[in-house]
Amino acid sequence: MLNFTIRRLLLAIPTLLFISLVIFLLLEASPGDPLGDVPLTVPPEVKERMREALGLGQAWYIRYVLWLKQFFWVEPLFWFDQVFGTSFSDGMQRIISFQSRSPVFDVIAQRVPQTLIVVGMSYVVGVMIAIPIGILSAYKQYSWFDQVGTFVSMIGFSMPTFFTGVVMIIIFGVKLQWFPSVYDTTLEVRDWDSFMAQVRQMVMPVTVLALYNAAQVSRFMRASMLDNLGQDYVRTARAKGLGERTVVLKHVLRNSLIPVVTVIALGLPTVFGGALITEQVFKVNGLGQLLITAIYANDLPMVLTVTFLFAILIVMFTLIADILYGVLDPRIRYD
Amino acid sequence: MTETDRQARLDTRELVDETASAAPVTSDLPPDDPVHAGDQTRSQWRDVWRQFRSHKGAMVALVLFAGVLLFVSIGPLLWTIDPTYVDIRARNSGFVAAHPLGTDQLGRDMLARLMAGGRVSIAVGLTAMIIAVTLGSFIGVMAGYFRRLDAPLMRMTELFLALPLLPLLLLMVTLFREPLSQNFGPAMGIFILIVSAIGATSWMQSARIVRGDVLGLKEREFILAARSIGTPPRRMILRHILPNVMSPIMVAATLGIATAIITESALSFLGLGFPPDFPTWGRLLYDAVDQMVLYPSRVILPGVFISLTVLCVNYIGDGLRDAMDPRIRGR
Amino acid sequence: MKLRTLLMSAAATMAFAPAAMAERGADGQVNVIMWQAPSTMNLYLSSGTKDIIAASMTLEPLASFTPEGTLTPRLATELPSIENGGISEDLKTVTWKLKEGIKWSDGTDLTADDVVFTANYCMHPDGGCAQLAKFEGVESVEAVDPLTVKVTFTEPHPDPFSAFVGGQSPILQKAQFEQCIGSAAPTCTDQNFNPIGTGPFKVVEFKTNDVITFEANPEYRDPDKPAFATLTMKGGGDAAAAARSVLETGEFDYAWNTQLAPEVLEGMEANGKGHVQAAFGSLVERIHVNLTDPSSSLPEGERSTTKHPHPFLTDPAVRKALSMAIDRNLLTEIGYGQAGKPTCNLVPAPAAWASDNTECLTQDIEGAKALLDEAGWVPGGDGVREKDGVRLSMVFQTSVNAVRQDFQALIKQWWSEIGIETELKTVDASVFFGSDAGSPDTLQKFYADVEMYANNFEGNNPEPYLAKNTCNKAPGPENQWQGENTSRFCDPKHDELLAELGKTVDLEARGKLGQQMNDLITKDSNAIIPLVYRGTASAVSDTLGGVELNAWDTELWNVAEWHRKTE
Repeated sequence: MLNFTIRRLLLAIPTLLFISLVIFLLLEASPGDPLGDVPLTVPPEVKERMREALGLGQAWYIRYVLWLKQFFWVEPLFWFDQVFGTSFSDGMQRIISFQSRSPVFDVIAQRVPQTLIVVGMSYVVGVMIAIPIGILSAYKQYSWFDQVGTFVSMIGFSMPTFFTGVVMIIIFGVKLQWFPSVYDTTLEVRDWDSFMAQVRQMVMPVTVLALYNAAQVSRFMRASMLDNLGQDYVRTARAKGLGERTVVLKHVLRNSLIPVVTVIALGLPTVFGGALITEQVFKVNGLGQLLITAIYANDLPMVLTVTFLFAILIVMFTLIADILYGVLDPRIRYD
Repeated sequence: MTETDRQARLDTRELVDETASAAPVTSDLPPDDPVHAGDQTRSQWRDVWRQFRSHKGAMVALVLFAGVLLFVSIGPLLWTIDPTYVDIRARNSGFVAAHPLGTDQLGRDMLARLMAGGRVSIAVGLTAMIIAVTLGSFIGVMAGYFRRLDAPLMRMTELFLALPLLPLLLLMVTLFREPLSQNFGPAMGIFILIVSAIGATSWMQSARIVRGDVLGLKEREFILAARSIGTPPRRMILRHILPNVMSPIMVAATLGIATAIITESALSFLGLGFPPDFPTWGRLLYDAVDQMVLYPSRVILPGVFISLTVLCVNYIGDGLRDAMDPRIRGR
Repeated sequence: MKLRTLLMSAAATMAFAPAAMAERGADGQVNVIMWQAPSTMNLYLSSGTKDIIAASMTLEPLASFTPEGTLTPRLATELPSIENGGISEDLKTVTWKLKEGIKWSDGTDLTADDVVFTANYCMHPDGGCAQLAKFEGVESVEAVDPLTVKVTFTEPHPDPFSAFVGGQSPILQKAQFEQCIGSAAPTCTDQNFNPIGTGPFKVVEFKTNDVITFEANPEYRDPDKPAFATLTMKGGGDAAAAARSVLETGEFDYAWNTQLAPEVLEGMEANGKGHVQAAFGSLVERIHVNLTDPSSSLPEGERSTTKHPHPFLTDPAVRKALSMAIDRNLLTEIGYGQAGKPTCNLVPAPAAWASDNTECLTQDIEGAKALLDEAGWVPGGDGVREKDGVRLSMVFQTSVNAVRQDFQALIKQWWSEIGIETELKTVDASVFFGSDAGSPDTLQKFYADVEMYANNFEGNNPEPYLAKNTCNKAPGPENQWQGENTSRFCDPKHDELLAELGKTVDLEARGKLGQQMNDLITKDSNAIIPLVYRGTASAVSDTLGGVELNAWDTELWNVAEWHRKTE
């Protein structure tokens, strides 16, 4: 397993480089203009000057290599300097966003907390609800619990968050006035009051996202449990006289987790990627909002950097999932 | 009680079937494609149907789904108002005889729009889902079963997962919108574009899930046994692997329909989807969100149709899964 | 929670001290929501309207436009004119006098050097300044003495009020930005996010594309203003959510650009927490008719170029019929409500420039049919008119926007009534308005027969705006598709009028010339079909006083006057 991990990690480097090249070319080739937002009153000559100032006058491969250098050399040096107070990165150009002309990583660092808190929390809540529901509805297939669970989760999945989010805001934000409709990113948790304020503003986005995530995970959990409950080894375990609890929670659950682990492992990077629509609806302004505004504004350095970080996470988590397969089912070997 | 009775009856019935058709099974090669195979498998699918019929939820869902399909296919023949006809004097009308489900902000008939929208949404949902699930299962099985293919296919999956969707779609639209609409007409061209765009960008999850399952299955005893008698890979996959990964595929498929319908609405909203005079359920829902407080029926109607379709497909999927489960039917 | 306690404490302070109205910071906190979040405070590096509005909280120009479109001095003592000697007789120099005793928020004095520096900053060849057009024709800017600035133009300028006038070209502090000139501009993140200004507020914290916290500028020239101690400008969400947070939940006091269906806004206003206000500048929603052939059968590089005239839109009768079939009153009512007025003009304001052209306001379907019959376009088997094998079948494109899609549906219907077939196409706004020469879907490329969008001009001088429609500005491969004459309109008479306008000084005569050019391109030729004169709508809480919307300058131009209304 260790061998496998090391091999995969080494293989990840060329993979990621290739991914970054593909993303870069895709962004280059896709239509759109970083100056699309500039009003039509600005004459074309001025736009041409602005484009040059953004560095868009150079050939694509020069800009790509420059980005690679900035990402893998300048940025680590800069953060090293920040931590140890050295000055290796002086005079080096960091990755600069087209929209704000500020370093991309500073903005990302600013956005990570709210995304992790809101989207991460909703994922944890979602998975925590989904796994028990999935287990129970499979164990008691076609019971009323299963029927209700199926019904709610399918509705939860088929209703897009742009709809459920607005419904929540209208009911709880406007009519009942229980929760604020706008997320305040400047709020600092200092005491009990500000903690409660934080909790109140998180309730709606977390609920909406958790419902959506739970629906998906619980469906896979249920299906996988059903598959395993009919297996011979379950009959054997019961015949051996093992308690029902041990049979279900130890033997069946463990064997049913493979597809669920995949779903969760694929879902976790999206936690860092933020929830594009939900963040927009509740004005959370995390990484998702950052990415979507950057895409709309054709902010190439920002989109490239954020999607590349996203790619790193995806590669990491698929590797983790692969390792977990081996842990869950020792028969799976990669060597 | 009844469950076990039924099971017992089915079991005996199957036993009879199996013994009766035992001889040809051993002499013939198994069919490549079980759906369109010869006599012997047709009886097998008759069994599936029998099992399926006994699943109450699935039967109700099947009837409802047929109803929805009729609504969107036959409906426009009976209710002949053009869904894009603007009758500005009748705008924002409630439920009246001339417009049983009211009209929208421009006076377009909601009933006609729901029918027309449903046709597009269901077609997009089903087709995109089929593309995504087929592609995903194929890649998943290949990667899980053949070790040599695992690394390249999975790295490709990671690449697709990492690609930002929006620029990709923008690029596809720029490159292919005109050639497609010239060759297939504007509506069909966009349909092909959207369906392939959604399909091509949503197969990764099912591929990962199927691969994970196949990795586990591959080490099971029955696969070892099948391999030891020299079963060729193709038969191995079709006969032994695929039936055993059916249930996650089914779930991915049902969830895929919902995602495809919603993604289509997001695409239309971004101007990448159908032209604006083409109603779809997702789009009707999206456009009405702002007017939710004033005209709740405008969000509820398309919302109900989307949920109903997804629920029906889900129950049908459940029923099919049960009916096809080799352990229940002892294939 | 925090917000409400703050509001309540503010209300409590006021209850105890009614005279507190006249004190700086007495009214506590005010909240502004901009659903398009500001990216930077340095508008010279980004000319998005959102950034200009945010910057106008701290940075000020020498003179501003009033809501009526006239000028008022701001950091200058008075407006330069020929009478007071501020503008030289040969119209080549303008001399601005700065007010005495104005301080930057760090306590230092504003001097003429800062003004000179601002000009150098923007005019630096490597800076990529977005407001360079404001400095067009400026030869030099020099400080005569610490409070006097002289701007010299290369040639006589009938309208010298572009540099340092309006929210688009405010004054930067030299001391702060000295290191940031030219190609160093993007490295100055701190300066770009926290510019030192003379305006009523100064930045406390700037989170790009998210939220900006301001506090009252302690050095602001009026000791009693601003009435609010702190101001939060939150970004994100969409127009509906922004309007809701002001009109329904009352969490915010002011929401910028709440362009929504009129009935939706009315429904929200019914909660009694606030109202929607509209201000009219020069924004006109219009249809451009493509006078060249966009057919995809033409080779790339020749589509939609002046090489190939359009098969039927070159017929003036067809264009006239297109315009006659449209009911502009209904479009306005459905799409914009009180934030729009039907118009037949490309230049709807200022009054001196607006032509009295109203005949298009009444829809005339029958007239349009008769006109087409007369011109020889007869209905074919499927109701679509044709002549000599040419069918009146068009592609109608616009950007993605709920109101525009409603307009498309309505207009398509009207055109189908007069026998013209329309296929609708929508394009993502960032592609449509972008000028990527490689994309086929930009408004300049115009690979469609008609297209709809809105445009306006800055300040109160429409000359550069009218100058877009000259023959030589038709987009094409020779100018990398960057021309601004999207209709490919070409009339020598128009170009002559424009040349004359450039030499005319008298305001009234300029207006008359402008009207002639406006009529030439709209009612006479219908190359551009104006639809709606659009205002900018913003939602304002009923508890917020002093708000005066301004569409000629930045919308928050008078934020110093804002205060909390006493019950």
